[in-house]
Formats: sequence, structure tokens, C-alpha cells
Amino acid sequence: MNTVYFDNNATTRVDPAVLAAMLPYFSELYGNPSSMHTFGGQVGRAVREAREQVARLIGATPEEIVFTSCGTEGDNTAIRAALAAQPEKKHIITTRVEHPAVLSLSQHLEKNGYELTLLGVDDKGRMNLDELREAIRKDTAIVSIMFANNETGTIFPVAEAAAICKERGVPFHTDAVQAVGKLDIDVRELPVDYLVLSGHKLHAPKGIGALYVRRGAAYRPFLRGGHQERGRRGGTENVPAIIGLGMACDLAAANMAEENTRVRALRDRLEQGLLAAIPDAIVNGDVANRLPNTTNISFKYVEGEAILLLLDQLGVCASSGSACTSGSLEPSHVLRAMGVPFTYAHGSIRFSLSRFNTQEEVDHVVRELPRVIARLREMSPFRAGSEAEAALGKPACACQGCGS
Amino acid sequence: MWEYTDKVREHFLNPRNVGSLDDANAIGEVGSLACGDALKLYLKIDGDRIVDAKFQTFGCASAIASSSALTELIKGMTVEEALKLTNRDIAEFLGGLPKEKMHCSVMGQEALEAAIRNWRGEPAVEHSHEGQLVCKCFGVTDEQIVRAIRENGLKTVEEITHYTKAGGGCGECVGELQKLLDAELGKAPVCETPLAAAPKKLSNVQRMQLVLKVLEGEIRPRLQQDGGDIELVDMDGTTVYVALRGMCTSCPSSRLTLEGFVEKTLRDHVDENIVVKEAAA
Repeated sequence: MNTVYFDNNATTRVDPAVLAAMLPYFSELYGNPSSMHTFGGQVGRAVREAREQVARLIGATPEEIVFTSCGTEGDNTAIRAALAAQPEKKHIITTRVEHPAVLSLSQHLEKNGYELTLLGVDDKGRMNLDELREAIRKDTAIVSIMFANNETGTIFPVAEAAAICKERGVPFHTDAVQAVGKLDIDVRELPVDYLVLSGHKLHAPKGIGALYVRRGAAYRPFLRGGHQERGRRGGTENVPAIIGLGMACDLAAANMAEENTRVRALRDRLEQGLLAAIPDAIVNGDVANRLPNTTNISFKYVEGEAILLLLDQLGVCASSGSACTSGSLEPSHVLRAMGVPFTYAHGSIRFSLSRFNTQEEVDHVVRELPRVIARLREMSPFRAGSEAEAALGKPACACQGCGS
Repeated sequence: MWEYTDKVREHFLNPRNVGSLDDANAIGEVGSLACGDALKLYLKIDGDRIVDAKFQTFGCASAIASSSALTELIKGMTVEEALKLTNRDIAEFLGGLPKEKMHCSVMGQEALEAAIRNWRGEPAVEHSHEGQLVCKCFGVTDEQIVRAIRENGLKTVEEITHYTKAGGGCGECVGELQKLLDAELGKAPVCETPLAAAPKKLSNVQRMQLVLKVLEGEIRPRLQQDGGDIELVDMDGTTVYVALRGMCTSCPSSRLTLEGFVEKTLRDHVDENIVVKEAAA
């Protein structure tokens, strides 16, 4: 069997229609959209159309869309814009389970004069809106809460959180990189000030993203330079990628129903098949309220990297929250924030599907993974009911207690 | 993706000597499920020669490959020869390991030493290592760290983390690691300024009552979940003396890390100056 790609929360395949739309802008249509001549002007028109396509997917107006190079740039731009507009306010609120694009930036700002409140999550990865209400202060400059978690797929109550912030007059940002294209998002009904999306998570190429800035929301350019993006982001536009993102957004709107029916059914078939075939496995995250394409399963007594490399031998691509895959020695910050015992966290595997996956691929993994797990468990000194298990699992509580 | 050598990949995909040995007369265990890797090594020693070796490993590809390499290396060695084996020999056998994965080879060396101690009938060391605990997250002592520095010529704190895992968790001990490194490299140790104790707001009786409450309400239920328990023995100012019970007493590494959990919980709830000590048996 060819490559089975179940790692779509990491990146996705560029849709052939997206690629086809982009290609002319690498060759004959190479003009600069800012040029005065007709040759460049036609490219400028195409960029305008792409902006409309992106805006349409999330219910925005084209003027509210700023093209960026990636999700991380969008997150950095939005948060820094809100902070720069309110220099007297020195408090930031976000969650412990954000993508590093938000979390690292917040922690960096904490070292540079800001106070940071990190909202926790429960064992299913869900936040508590009351905690948000209590955390908001007079000097809170921004609240940033992800739309859906990249590791578990758990969906956050962004509409409610944004409404709370709006009522309190605090700007609200959401990293919606994993959600756009999979969930129906309409900023006309969602009182967010900033929303970030990334092209390569929805079958556009890498290196392109978009930041939605609500009309009237504070804004400061992150990249200063020319007048591109109406002065909101300097630098000549990445035209082919912008055209690709526009097309990908149109396709996402057309395929949203499929994501939520066929892809969801494939994900469920995979999850149920694996849980039925493999003992001592648990699903991480909020099973009732998560992205339709994602499942995060922990296999006790085995380690994630070893699972991934054996899957790799079978042509299956997935990812893991184990310490060994990151080189950080500690398992995923998301699973730790959820209080997933280390004994499970080290053996966590995330499968994230897309509309390019098939039932045949799902069945291949359901057939092969139980053998992989059994093989590694045979090699492991731990197994269910082993005498040492309770004792050996113990340091988890202390490790989590160390406050990292 | 890690850049593993072909030999690492080959030993991971086809590990040698997997399993347990029914007639083993030396068994060494290191690591834990919580730490993310663990190795149980079985040796059959005849006279003073290792005639057979098998392993069970929980861990990543390089942990499994290092275990496989270890058993291949030591089979046929005398105990004396085996004791001269270092983590570098294991790494070299595999054509090298990514620097972040060197701790896998160290785990092999430690399991071997633990097995030989077991064969010699030496009492199982509480934590399998002497010395002061430096990294609470991974239970690494100063002796292990100094040894890794010396045997591998380590020059930075980051390298210490790659080889021993120390400092790879909450990062609280990074300053301590730097001091150990400076001392080893012959640099002047950093001068320590003891912090004055913060003024105490609680009376002794109040503090004692609060400690009891937190022990009963927060700490014991958590330990009991894992089959362990804890008992308050005495208090002296902000020093709390406790005794570990149940599974805690037999767990090789948890007692040290437990202090981190117990102490932190008490500090959070009672007084930031709380120090938890184990009562003398």
C-alpha cells in the first residue's frame, strides 16, 4: 500500500485544483500586483478575488483580511497589535494548551513586563468559562483562546468566550488554524476581534495564511514596509500562494459537509476499530465536541516514537505527543495540562484525517496497528496488572507537580 | 524526524535478545513508565562470565536499539570487563546516537551496573544511585551528573540534559547543573547568597493544623490512588517530617520525586518556606 497520510493536523496535501490555480502565477502571470501597468494590474485583480474568497469562507469583508506568511505570523501580529494599541495594559490571558505560536509568544511577553494568566483545562481538555470571567482584569490587554486544539481536536467555546470579553471591553483573538475549513465559522455571529487561519491546513500550500481583523479593532503592522495590504503588512505579496489560498477556501466551503460526514465517519471507524482491537487504550480529548477529523489515542505500556517508526515501516504517517518525538523529554504540554497520566501520555498517537483519505486506508491501519502495539508490548517490561506498574507510574504526580 | 544511523534502525526493527531469562541470576532495572523509558536487564552469569543476556525495554527506537546493543556487547564478557563498558561504547556500537538521545545509552550502562550489583548480592540501592538528588522531575543525582560530565567530556548544561535528562523537565535545577558543570570544568563556583526567610504569618499551631488539612484533603487521596500513603510524623517550624507508606516504600524513584509533589503542594497551600523531610525510620 502507498503512503497512508493520517497527519493532516500537521499539514495537508495541496488540492490539485489549488495547484492548477496557482501555476500560471509562477509562469506567465508574474507581474507585481502593485504595478501601474496592465500586466501587473491583472495580478492585482486576482489577489483581490482571492481576498474575497477567503473573506467569504468566514463571513468577513475583504477589507478585514490581511494575508500573512503563516499562522504563527497571524497570531504574533494580532496579539502584538492589541498590546501596542493599549500600552497601559499589561495583562494577557490565554490557555495552557495553545499552539506554541501563542504560548511561546505569551511566555516571552511575560519575561518582558507582562503578566500572564494561563487558563487550565479539565481532563477532557475543556476550558471553564467561569475561570475566564474571573481572570479578566482592568488591565487585561488581550484574551487569546484557540478555536480547536491541534493535538486532541477539542473545540473551545470561542463564541461564549469572545462574548464575555466583548462585554468587558477586552480584545479577543482566536487561533483558528485547525478549525477553518472543518467547522462552520462566521465572524458576523462570532464576536472575535482577530482570527487566524493557515493555508496549509486546508489544502493550500505552506507559507500562506490570513489574519482577520474586525473593522474597528486596534491594529499595528508587524512587518513595516511598503503599502501592500493597505499598509497592514509590508512586503511584496506571495501571489501564487494567495491565489492558492483563495481557491482552497472556496473548496473548503464546498467540502465542509463532507468533512463533517464522510471524514467524521472514517475517523470514527478508525477509532472504534483500534479501541476494539487493542486493550489498554484510551481516547484523549473531548470525544463529544471535537474536530471531525482528529482522534488522539494513548496506548499504555508502549512509547509513541517506537509506534510511529513501526507505523512508518508500514507507510502510515501519524504523530505523537510522546516526549521522545519532540526531544523535550516531557510529553506534550496539552496532554500534561489535561492531567493525562504520564503512563498514557508517552504512548499517545494522533491520527488526523482529511477528505483525501479512504476507508481502505482506515482498514489498513486498524489491521496493522494492533500488531505493532502487541510487538512493542511484548518487548516492554510493563504490562497490565504487573506488580511494578503502580509504583513505576508514580513519579508522574510529582513531575506534574513541579509546575512546568 | 530523528536522524538515526542504519544500525540504530536495524537494531530497533530487529532487536537481539528480547525477553526475560528464566534462569537469570542477575537482574537490573532502571527508568520508569512515567519517565518515558525503562529497561529491565536479565543476565546469566556463570563463574564470572556473562553467558546470556536478555532485555525488556519500554521506550523509543534508540532506547530499544541501545538495549539490543548492550546485550550483544556484554555476552561473553567477564563481569570485570562488563563493568568497564561505558555508555559511549553502546553509542559507538550503534554508529552514534542523536545527541538528544544519548541518555538511552546511559540507561543501558546503568541497567548493567544495577544487574551486577544484584548478582553480587549488594542491597538494592534505594534509588540505584548515591548522592544528592538534583533533578526532581527525572530523579537524577549529582553523582550521575558529574559522572556523565567526566566520562563524556560534557561542556554545557544542554549536553547534561541530553545525557542524563536532568534539567529536561521543569527546568528548576538548571542553575544547580551549571554549578556542577562549573565546578567540574574548574571554574569558580557561583557565590550563593542565602535568602532571608520570609516573615511568618501563621502561628505554629495554625500552621500545623493547615498542614494536616492539606495532607488529608489534597495529598493522601492522590497517593492512595496509586496504592501509596503518607503519614505526618512531626513538625519543627516550617520543616515537616513525614513517613511514606504502602507502595511508596517499595517504589525506587518515587519517594524522591514524591517529596517534590508533597513539598510543592504544602508550599502552595500553607507556607512557601515549607521543607518536607522523611522522618528517620
